[in-house]
Amino acid sequence: MNARTKMILGRMAQAIPVVMGVVVISFLLTRALPGDPAAYFAGPAADEASIAEIREALGLDKPLFQQFFLYVGDLARGDLGTSLTTGQTVMSDLAARLPASLELTLVALLLSCAIAIPLGVLAATRPGTWVDHLCRVLVTAGVSMPTFFTGIVLIYVFYYLAGLAPSPLGRLDFIYLSPPHVTGFYLIDAALAGDWETWFGALKQLILPATTLALFTLAPIARMTRAAMLSALSSDFIRTARAAGLGSRKVLYGYAFRNALLPVVTTLGMVFSFTLGANVLVEKVFAWPGIGSYAVEALVVSDYAAVQGFVLAMALLFVALNLVIDIAYALIDPRIGLN
Amino acid sequence: MVDMTSSQPARKGDTTLGHIAYVLKDNPVTMLAFAMLAFFLGCAFFGPALVPYDPLATNAARALEAPSWDHWFGTDNLGRDVFSRVIVATRLDLTISVAAVALSFVVGSILGSIAGYWGGWLDAVLNRCLDTIMAFPLFVLAMGVVAALGNTVENIIYATAIINIPFYARLVRAEVNIRRNAGFAQAAKLAGNSDLRVLAVHIFPNALPPMMVQVSLNLGWAILNAAGLSFIGLGVRPPTPEWGIMVAEGANFIVSGEWWLAVFPGLWLMLAVFTFNLLGDGLRDIVDPRKRT
Amino acid sequence: MLSIKDLSVAFKTRKGEVNAVRGISLDVGKGETLGIVGESGSGKSVTSYALMRILDAGGEIRTGDVSYGGIDLRAASERDMRDIRGREISMIFQNPRAALNPIRRVGHQVEDVLIRHAQATRQDAKTKAIAALEAVKINDAAARYEAYPFELSGGMCQRIVIAIALACKPQLLIADEPTTGLDITTQKAVMDLVGALAKERGMGMILITHDLGLASQYCDRIVVMKDGLIVEEGAPGMLFTDPQHPYTRKLVDATPRLGASIRNLLPPDARSPEPEHKVHTRPLLEVRDLVKTYPGKAGPVQAVKGISFDIKAGQSLGLVGESGSGKSTTSEMVVRLQDPTSGNILFEGHDIASTPSGKFMRHPVRRNIQMVFQDATDSLNPRGTAASAIAEPLARIDRMRGAKLESRVSELADLVGLPQPLLSRYPHQLSGGQKARVGIARAIALEPKLLILDEPTAALDVSIQALVLNLLVDLRAQMGMSYLFVSHDLNVVRLLCDEVLVMKQGEIVDRGPTASVMDKPSHPYTRALIEAAPQPPEPVAA
Repeated sequence: MNARTKMILGRMAQAIPVVMGVVVISFLLTRALPGDPAAYFAGPAADEASIAEIREALGLDKPLFQQFFLYVGDLARGDLGTSLTTGQTVMSDLAARLPASLELTLVALLLSCAIAIPLGVLAATRPGTWVDHLCRVLVTAGVSMPTFFTGIVLIYVFYYLAGLAPSPLGRLDFIYLSPPHVTGFYLIDAALAGDWETWFGALKQLILPATTLALFTLAPIARMTRAAMLSALSSDFIRTARAAGLGSRKVLYGYAFRNALLPVVTTLGMVFSFTLGANVLVEKVFAWPGIGSYAVEALVVSDYAAVQGFVLAMALLFVALNLVIDIAYALIDPRIGLN
Repeated sequence: MVDMTSSQPARKGDTTLGHIAYVLKDNPVTMLAFAMLAFFLGCAFFGPALVPYDPLATNAARALEAPSWDHWFGTDNLGRDVFSRVIVATRLDLTISVAAVALSFVVGSILGSIAGYWGGWLDAVLNRCLDTIMAFPLFVLAMGVVAALGNTVENIIYATAIINIPFYARLVRAEVNIRRNAGFAQAAKLAGNSDLRVLAVHIFPNALPPMMVQVSLNLGWAILNAAGLSFIGLGVRPPTPEWGIMVAEGANFIVSGEWWLAVFPGLWLMLAVFTFNLLGDGLRDIVDPRKRT
Repeated sequence: MLSIKDLSVAFKTRKGEVNAVRGISLDVGKGETLGIVGESGSGKSVTSYALMRILDAGGEIRTGDVSYGGIDLRAASERDMRDIRGREISMIFQNPRAALNPIRRVGHQVEDVLIRHAQATRQDAKTKAIAALEAVKINDAAARYEAYPFELSGGMCQRIVIAIALACKPQLLIADEPTTGLDITTQKAVMDLVGALAKERGMGMILITHDLGLASQYCDRIVVMKDGLIVEEGAPGMLFTDPQHPYTRKLVDATPRLGASIRNLLPPDARSPEPEHKVHTRPLLEVRDLVKTYPGKAGPVQAVKGISFDIKAGQSLGLVGESGSGKSTTSEMVVRLQDPTSGNILFEGHDIASTPSGKFMRHPVRRNIQMVFQDATDSLNPRGTAASAIAEPLARIDRMRGAKLESRVSELADLVGLPQPLLSRYPHQLSGGQKARVGIARAIALEPKLLILDEPTAALDVSIQALVLNLLVDLRAQMGMSYLFVSHDLNVVRLLCDEVLVMKQGEIVDRGPTASVMDKPSHPYTRALIEAAPQPPEPVAA
């Protein structure tokens, strides 16, 4: 087994205590929610006896410690409980809504990277010029905008004033039928079905919320790209490459940019976490049927199984993503795991 | 650089005040940021006494009026003056963010210093704990904490502090770690300092400049976070004037064209966050003795 | 072949313009090796960057002509320059590890240059790259081709950098401090290789260095630069025997060499008689079977393998070795910053190794063993003034306060020759030599009996090194201190130490009185070290 494989296995092993911590925190957090789920389940007309019966059926009368083991046992079987508000199992609710959130997040991140990375590179190659200053002002303004506020302003301008955007209600206007379910990503499913009208319909709905999220994530990516590029460009090996007569394109992209990419990849993990968090707000503004809006509704009524499922799903998603990023990093950077 | 050219004592910039003045003069952006900060602090301290209307007084006759000379920022659906509410809300929002950042600064510094200096299992345990906190999308964690503990201002502060702690702890850990075997730390040990003193007096202060940048970013995030919580109904409760709630309430009127309800508190919020974000470089330069030339 | 006329270069900085090079003229003939010697800030590196037109941002050529084989390099288009760089004129740099792209296989980095200058096609690039690696005497070049820079030693990295520079068989090689930071035996290997290749290919070379000895050994002609100007030019022998310019004179004097005493390093008018230091017979420090083991990834690593030695009261002991020899680990154990794995350290007969390093600050011997650190910049807290650094041990161990403390600090500043007004300055406002003086003042503040000097002059220019070494000699005589002088530079050790230990891979391989070890080395490693050190020609007595 070489050092690289060892490092990757080690990194995976590190994720195990984190996953356990996530399970414990999500359990404790949801048990602390106000309200009595048994009373909620029993309905407003129930008497003491029937509430107690339901409490027993849910296992809520047992000590916290025992409840935790029941919960872990359920988790192991893939049972996240049943949502009080939708009446469905939490697992099926999440499975139905997760693609909506992921589609929004990923499109936003792609959009953001497509703007921020070139902007950062441009600023780094011309430090102190107006491009650099513009970059700084733009990204600072971007990160200062509360996502829910940006969303509202965009709706006001593009929907109310200009009439360019469709009404900000969900993933697809009611005149379209949702595409046949394959991946749950409307853009992909519609393209697979060859239904371009629906594809454009879905895209139109996606543009404003994705832009809102992208504006928020521009700053960290552009900032990190600029800093990483500046430090790479001032490295000794760049001078060696220039002194060897390598072309500016090769020096800039082949040498500097590839080195600068390493810290940028790490930042992306962090940004993804921000975006998932900000999703909750953006989904509320645009009535987007993702897991964020699901969680907000669940929190308001103390629907603990749903909240727990949501928190757990988010955290596990993020742990998995970070694992992937770290492993990707180790594959890009030959130094990892060997020194 | 040469021995003989430089045997006069250091001149200007010796005093802390002189140094601050130098930093402010050196960078117009920093100057602007500090001026804006002074404005917001002024609003927080004196705002409630100066605003033209009672922020809570309703006036059904003048509901939903567009901005005018009487009501600079218009009135909301209950006829309350938006301008007064926006200004009065400054104190609450700033309090939340400053308190939360101060809390996470202190806790994060202590944890990070210990882990960075002594390393070993302490470091490993702390890292796993931070990883666990960071595994949650931070806003989601804050939502959960506030929902679980209850909707009070203190709980918003705690929730915001908890999600910020990992940033400080990690930063301090890294800064302390690279200096724990630095020559000046070893020299301090030879001069009779205990480990704790070396850490607290010699190593930790060197972590301050990068931390100031973090503080400024976090002050901004903390405000966004608190406003975001209020926006989804998990923070401060209406009718208390707070920027997040005002945007949330105004959002319902935006599709019918009454933009001022949401836009003014939103802009104010944005301006505050912008100010904090711009402060970073200036704060760093102020605490960095190497900027004294 | 290369001709520079009246070149000046200026840098725009925040504090205004800095003239780094102020009108210099020089020529390099075909196959000739020219040395450019100067201390830091003399403009020697900037000159080479300017002629290659790879100045850092803010740097600009103001006046002058640079012509290479009839081509005007100043007027050439950037595209033409790119064809010239690496093809006609190549460069190698100091700090070879950083000079290579960390995440690209070294073989591919050689290929990049070959392909850029159309010396290879994609098909035969690998073969040619391996041939280029073999040309710089890299063993098993096919395997090294796949390596990343971090997997190679410093000397090997420098060979790769040379391979990149010479891959396209340029006519002129500029070597910018090519051996700074390398061990002395590696330095010799690298310089011999470059010299041999230059001769073999009839290639011209510019060797930029701060080391007059090194330049005189490898160059046909030397120019001496100071503050952006050429102050003197000539053949190495001439420069050493009959320096014309006072600055050259000072530089020649300050370069440690055979037969010169420590006072000879100073300008003639500053040479007071060398004070005697008294060596007693009673041992001050006895080190017995000292072992230090670190946990490594592939099992424990023994950095120090059971060494024993004594330092007598008043004696100066030199500890010589290359990187990885365990000399720094040894000195850190003696100064009680690290705990030995086993073995004893007796100070005036009492075992001090039994007190763990974490508790040693309260040990009564703490005040008696102090240290001057290698990197003066790193050893001063950036947030503290010079005065606060010197005051620290007095305040912590002697509990000195107020006016008494202040007067003691200024007394110490006088003792080490630090001007009083500098005491209120922060480290970044001091020069390298001044910082070294602050470090020494702090170390002697408590009047220790044993002072450990860890390469105290390694980062200093030779003229400053001369001053600091002489200061150390004066202080030793004045205060009766014993020194443990850790160094890689045998020439310096010879000037300062009564006895010397030579360490290699955690063991002492040679020991004895300095003169006998140096003049009649018994161990082959000691001999290799002595031979590798550049020896400047003897100057004519002033």
